[in-house]
Amino acid sequence: MTALTTGLTVTDPADVVIPPRVSLADTLSQTLTLAWRATMKMRRSMEVMFDVTIQPLIFTGMFAYIFGGAISGDVGSYLPLIIPGLIGQTVLTACVATGVQLRTDMDTGVFDRFKVLPIARIAPLAGPMVADLLRYFIASGLTFAVGIAIGYRPGGGVLGVAGAILLAMLAGWSLAWIFTLFGIVGRNAQAVQGISLLVMFPLTFLSNAFVPTDTMPGPLRAFAEVNPVSLVITAIRDLANDGALTGNVGWALLGCAVVIAIFAPLSVRAFNRKM
Amino acid sequence: MAATLAGMTTDNHPRPGAGRDLAVRATGLVKQFGDQRAVDGIDLEVHRGEVFGVLGPNGAGKTTMLRMLATLLHIDGGRAEIFGHDVAAEPHAVRRLLGVTGQYASVDENLTATENLWLFARLQGMPRTEARTRGAELLEQFDLTEAATKPISAFSGGMRRRLDLAASLLTRPPLIFLDEPTTGLDPRTRGQMWETIRDLVRSGCTVLLTTQYLDEADQLADRIAVIDRGVKVAEGTADQLKSSVGQSTLQLQVADPADLDAVAEEVRRLIGEDAVPSPEARRVNVPLTRTDQAVDVLVALRDRGVAIESVTVQKPSLDEVFLALTGHDTHDHTAADADTDTDDSPELMEASR
Repeated sequence: MTALTTGLTVTDPADVVIPPRVSLADTLSQTLTLAWRATMKMRRSMEVMFDVTIQPLIFTGMFAYIFGGAISGDVGSYLPLIIPGLIGQTVLTACVATGVQLRTDMDTGVFDRFKVLPIARIAPLAGPMVADLLRYFIASGLTFAVGIAIGYRPGGGVLGVAGAILLAMLAGWSLAWIFTLFGIVGRNAQAVQGISLLVMFPLTFLSNAFVPTDTMPGPLRAFAEVNPVSLVITAIRDLANDGALTGNVGWALLGCAVVIAIFAPLSVRAFNRKM
Repeated sequence: MAATLAGMTTDNHPRPGAGRDLAVRATGLVKQFGDQRAVDGIDLEVHRGEVFGVLGPNGAGKTTMLRMLATLLHIDGGRAEIFGHDVAAEPHAVRRLLGVTGQYASVDENLTATENLWLFARLQGMPRTEARTRGAELLEQFDLTEAATKPISAFSGGMRRRLDLAASLLTRPPLIFLDEPTTGLDPRTRGQMWETIRDLVRSGCTVLLTTQYLDEADQLADRIAVIDRGVKVAEGTADQLKSSVGQSTLQLQVADPADLDAVAEEVRRLIGEDAVPSPEARRVNVPLTRTDQAVDVLVALRDRGVAIESVTVQKPSLDEVFLALTGHDTHDHTAADADTDTDDSPELMEASR
């Protein structure tokens, strides 16, 4: 360590500019900086991408060929039903990872530094969530690609599929707030994983993801029909299969808004208590 | 924080008023974990430009106190100010004035050294070019240029601490908290860290450091507070503390336990102190105010024909300072064992909050 003094002139405490609060522009820039950090992390440890890469590759083929004949008579006519369903399922799985990774991250030393920096308290939470949009994009894009490879021909065309992917990303970001809350309040990563799976499975299977809801018993059917996952999947079907901007898209957006309205304030409050 | 609040604080302590001469002022600081008081009414005043050492064993409450001052833990009682800014009311202002380097390096394991410094500089609003040059400058100063693009997982403990400290210095904060900066480092790296801390002080920085080592506090700190079980038991310069236990200890082992009385007699005559015998080990401890008094004692004992088996002269250890100040040693934490862990583990601290 040589000539350390030269670069270490200290700011006079009286000269430190102290704005009363973090401005919105600063909050945004801090969030994007932390989103950059999250993408660097993804690049360095590719295994965190397995759930949005390997899973759609395997599940799409598997579900189509196993259930196709039984549910729709043949695989080809099942694909317009199952591909949007699988997108819903894969994005939801990716949301679980959002919560688990937040918990893991919060347990590392670097979070202590985030806490002590003069940054917006929300930035360390919002940053990774922004970066995860990339994961939802990969998950939905890849599922479409596999579907098309095994014979799915989306009637909505390029525009319809693009709209569906965009909706899937938005839905992922909204539903991620549920699992973000678990990530914040959970005792450790395992606990977060456990409770998230307990919530994820009913959300996935008590929906119209794999089968039409009409054969379900009354109460299950009632839940499946208001399940935001169902609303999103229906909207994705409308967009991808028909290229139609239907009322279902509106319902899906409303469902997402409700999830955000409930879980975002809860998460932010729980997070601020920990910060 | 409303702007008026910040204004009021300024009015209370007009520059260069009394409050602003103090980098840290804490009164009656309390932290409660369940039914345990980890910090129990500590007062602290750190002057600008000084190195203040907080000395104490594991679990004494040092880290907890530091985390409260750094806005990382809620203050349960009392109040604290950093350069006149109330820690509880103006955490954002306090964070702007403060650099914190913890016991465990708080850097991102997934990024390189360069990326880490870039991340923290950008988060603090540094423009891109400045963030780049400032980062490179600090890496150079901390001997990390060669390792700049290596993953942190390949870093040694000393390199991590250096990077951590560099990250704390990006914005040139006027006050630095160092939580046990050399715990777990090898002696050479420890010496380097001490040099770095001295350089920091020379540049005008105020440093508040915690340590378990008396010699570290002795080497670095202008003033030292000794903390035990959440309470401040002593405060003063290193010399003042050491004179309370004697400069060093002469430990003698005699061949014949019967000679122990003769040793005690000579010690009292020569240096006016009471020797502490442990007959079962044929051993006796003699507190010395000057190390060369050991020679006087040994010569006198040879003249009396006392056979001596072994002789050691030891500098006072933290254990002895503690024994002298508190009447119990540093490991005597039977009931407070759970607390011992609490002080070290941020996770546990959060869990018990």
